[in-house]
Amino acid sequence: MPDRRSFLQSALAAVGATQVPVAASASQPAAPAVPAAPPQPVRLNINGRDYNLSLEPRVTLLDALREHIGLAGTKKGCDRGQCGACTVLVDGRRINACLTLAVMHEGQRITTIEGLAQGDKLSPMQQAFLEHDAFQCGYCTPGQVCSATALLDEVRADGAGFTDDEIRERMSGNICRCGAYPNIVAAIREVALRRS
Amino acid sequence: MQSIYYERARDAAEALRLAQQDGARFIAGGTNLLDLMKGDVEHPLRLVDITHAGLDRIDELPGGGLRIGAGVRNADAARHAVVRQRYPLLAQAMLSGASAQLRNMATMGGNLMQRTRCPYFTDTAFSHCNKRQPGSGCDARQGYQRMHAILGASPACVAVNPSDMSVALAALDAVVLLRGRQGDREVALRDFHRLPGDTPQQDTVLQPGELIVAIDLPPSRMARHSHYLKLRDRASYAFALVSVAAALDMDGGVVREARIALGGVAHKPWRRPEAEAILHGRPLDDAQCRAAAQRLLEGAQPLDGNRFKVELAQRAIVRALRIAGEGA
Repeated sequence: MPDRRSFLQSALAAVGATQVPVAASASQPAAPAVPAAPPQPVRLNINGRDYNLSLEPRVTLLDALREHIGLAGTKKGCDRGQCGACTVLVDGRRINACLTLAVMHEGQRITTIEGLAQGDKLSPMQQAFLEHDAFQCGYCTPGQVCSATALLDEVRADGAGFTDDEIRERMSGNICRCGAYPNIVAAIREVALRRS
Repeated sequence: MQSIYYERARDAAEALRLAQQDGARFIAGGTNLLDLMKGDVEHPLRLVDITHAGLDRIDELPGGGLRIGAGVRNADAARHAVVRQRYPLLAQAMLSGASAQLRNMATMGGNLMQRTRCPYFTDTAFSHCNKRQPGSGCDARQGYQRMHAILGASPACVAVNPSDMSVALAALDAVVLLRGRQGDREVALRDFHRLPGDTPQQDTVLQPGELIVAIDLPPSRMARHSHYLKLRDRASYAFALVSVAAALDMDGGVVREARIALGGVAHKPWRRPEAEAILHGRPLDDAQCRAAAQRLLEGAQPLDGNRFKVELAQRAIVRALRIAGEGA
């Protein structure tokens, strides 16, 4: 019995195959033919643990997390930096893991949604998302929570306030298709005000 | 995404040497380059990582100016105490661009090097794009025209440069410091980006293999009277339909000097000194502001789908000048 992921992958592969003639018919400059760059050793520190990987340079941080390490909590939404589902923390700063290469992050501390809780104890932001029902389908939630976690420090560093408008502006890089925004803002506001 | 080779440069000299190789491109934040590589628009063979090349310093210059290293992240520059104090226009413009995540990644040099682009360039389903494939034509001109240029466009290209940062830098008379194999040179920000003409594939005057090392800001007397006004289709995380960087040096109620740069209207930040001169030596009143706005938009050639931008830009200029005039 295939699990959900392998089923989806084979389904997507079939979709991709049917689209090949369409893509080939567009007259685009083809990528020049050169020998593929081989995998190389890449050492990443994720959630406090070192991982020794063998990755092609083109592998994004997002794909390294999901496909090579098996940390699937970080989500792939648009894969083009527009939706924020892949937000992770690098040395405490939020970035889009889809628009950066894994090999560029050797020597940095990467924190994913799996690294926010202390054992079974959820982080304050995770707990607040639960209590405020700040999601519906949940797909964007890991990115929302990572983004909101970094937002707390950014607002303090900037000497700004935690008004709803300020939170909305600063969370605009995280899209929620279910439209859970009011509860997301409420969850962030509560953690921010409780901490300050 | 196609296969790529990757090398990390430890300093600018090594970066320049590595960039000599066939198909090499610099990568810093990667937010535009990797996006375009995924979209099959850009095809570098090897990436030279310059994020460890020591280009991430911010230094005060003698006389009150500021040098911002090309590798400084946009978020760090916008948050820097001296930038906020002396160049609030720049901080405001940068914070209005992209998302918090992207600003944490994108660098000053990378922001300058993001492609001047329209959706017909980034979507390879459209086969005619002179910027993507020189000589192939332009699907954009007859397409959905809302975001296109109204000034300085050519029959070959109607794309707009989307950088908010560059609009502020143009108003602040910033200078781009470049380093190549033949040595260093300086280019005024206003001359760094190009109009499309017959060669829209070239966004900037940067030569192959040349590296942006820093951006210099001259001393500014306009910190108290500046404003960046960005108008867009949603409140955040969208390119400007029209944006205005307005900066004034005020002597009481009289304008000593004015700078106005427009974004969202052309292939590069749009400035016209003769429009600014209309304001010089006079009180800042609405009639003068409207006259300056009219002059800045002179020669606009809108398309049916973006005709609104001509009036929108003029009203935005008047409003930005008024807010700047009120002062911080």
